Amino acid sequence: MLELWNQVPPVLQTVVYILVIIVPLLVGMAMLTYFERKVMASMQLRQGPALVGPFGLLQPFADGIKLLGKETVIPAGANRVVFVAAPMLTFFLALVAWAVIPFGEGMVLADINVGILYLFAISSLGVYGIIMAGWASNSKYAFLGGLRSAAQMVSYEVSIGLVIITVLLCVGSLNLSDVVEAQRTVWFCIPLFPMFIVFFISALAETNRAPFDLPEGESELVGGYNVEYSSMTFALFFLGEYINMILMSGMTTVLFLGGWLPPVDVAPLNWIPGPIWFVLKIIFCLFVFVWVRATLPRYRYDQLMRLGWKVFLPFSLIWVVLTAGVLVAFDWLPK
Amino acid sequence: MALLDRTARGLFLTELVKGMALTFSYMFKPRVTINYPYERGPISPRFRGEHALRRYPNGEERCIACKLCEAVCPALAITIEAEPREDGSRRTTRYDIDMTKCIYCGLCQEACPVDAIVEGPNLEFATETREELFYNKEKLLANGDRWEAQLAANIAADAPYR
Repeated sequence: MLELWNQVPPVLQTVVYILVIIVPLLVGMAMLTYFERKVMASMQLRQGPALVGPFGLLQPFADGIKLLGKETVIPAGANRVVFVAAPMLTFFLALVAWAVIPFGEGMVLADINVGILYLFAISSLGVYGIIMAGWASNSKYAFLGGLRSAAQMVSYEVSIGLVIITVLLCVGSLNLSDVVEAQRTVWFCIPLFPMFIVFFISALAETNRAPFDLPEGESELVGGYNVEYSSMTFALFFLGEYINMILMSGMTTVLFLGGWLPPVDVAPLNWIPGPIWFVLKIIFCLFVFVWVRATLPRYRYDQLMRLGWKVFLPFSLIWVVLTAGVLVAFDWLPK
Repeated sequence: MALLDRTARGLFLTELVKGMALTFSYMFKPRVTINYPYERGPISPRFRGEHALRRYPNGEERCIACKLCEAVCPALAITIEAEPREDGSRRTTRYDIDMTKCIYCGLCQEACPVDAIVEGPNLEFATETREELFYNKEKLLANGDRWEAQLAANIAADAPYR
């Protein structure tokens, strides 16, 4: 079997690997929408989707088919090329980041030594899809949504960057597998707990999730950057946003929750294979995403900026200096 | 001191944590909504839904064409025409209710001396055309036959309070 596999040309092998990542990811994204609706419903004492399939499990697929059957409307004043390219870009960027995420020991598509930088770069590029959509729609709501989103993502990227630097100081490598391996003794969410919180809140802002969902802002901007989108172009935005959520949960897991490692390396826990731990931790993070959405109202725009620039930035900057100081003072720097 | 207090609260996210704990505890409470077409809430015996013309147990229609309902109807939704029947008793030849005019106030059933016109428990009589909502005598009597068991039970349940 293995010999047969080795005879397959490397390009085809990569294609198979990519499919093995993307297909479960898309199904997972579909299930995430269901999970979100169910969790929010139970927190609001409602029932949630229950009619399509057993327990409403087929609801996301029904929604997907409905979206596919709709007409793609392109507004008369829109820049057609950019308008159509924007959702594709968002979707593509959300998927391409998964290349460097380690699902288990050695289970990573591209084990590059600048994994974190790559992730950081890709997630920063995500804002382009939204700006392009906001501008190309030629609509004031979409434009305001796009502008807000750009400002928001840039603000919170700064503190995410500083959090990542803190983790890197403790690991001594940019390779994501090394980051996970460095957490064998203790997950980084314990020694770097405040940074973990800052990272998670910034991740909420980065993915435009409640309470930082100003770019969409249904109550004031109708739908923000995606007002003018319909059918598949909208579906791609939707897919991109949810896959970004999963990606951010994955990043949180890798950086702070010990990736594929079990909580403690003892008998019944380390029998469970790494990828399952990884998925469980991602599901936990996603649950918190949804939980936050069900709990908190939306931030006002100036509060959002204040939090990003006047709280998170100085706080994470101080923490970087503090961590570096402690590491040097006690000679704990990784070799 | 107030500043310190506020800053500490902000830094330790106490209010956030409290709110999150509250929503989490709500997650395990039973839901308060019902699965409507499959589950239904209770309906009072006084509920004023779709109209029906009732009959006596021997099959004779109750309505004696006194036209009190027509007179009392504030929305002018009821139209009645009457003639003596072959056996000499006075009966309606036409009893129409325009359900699009009706405001479901229940005055017709209050006015009726023989409990002929009543508003039943049925609230699901939406139609696809407007014309279907112009009820005639035949339709109203059919409603009466269909809901009689429940109509009689409702009138009996409400009787002690009249």
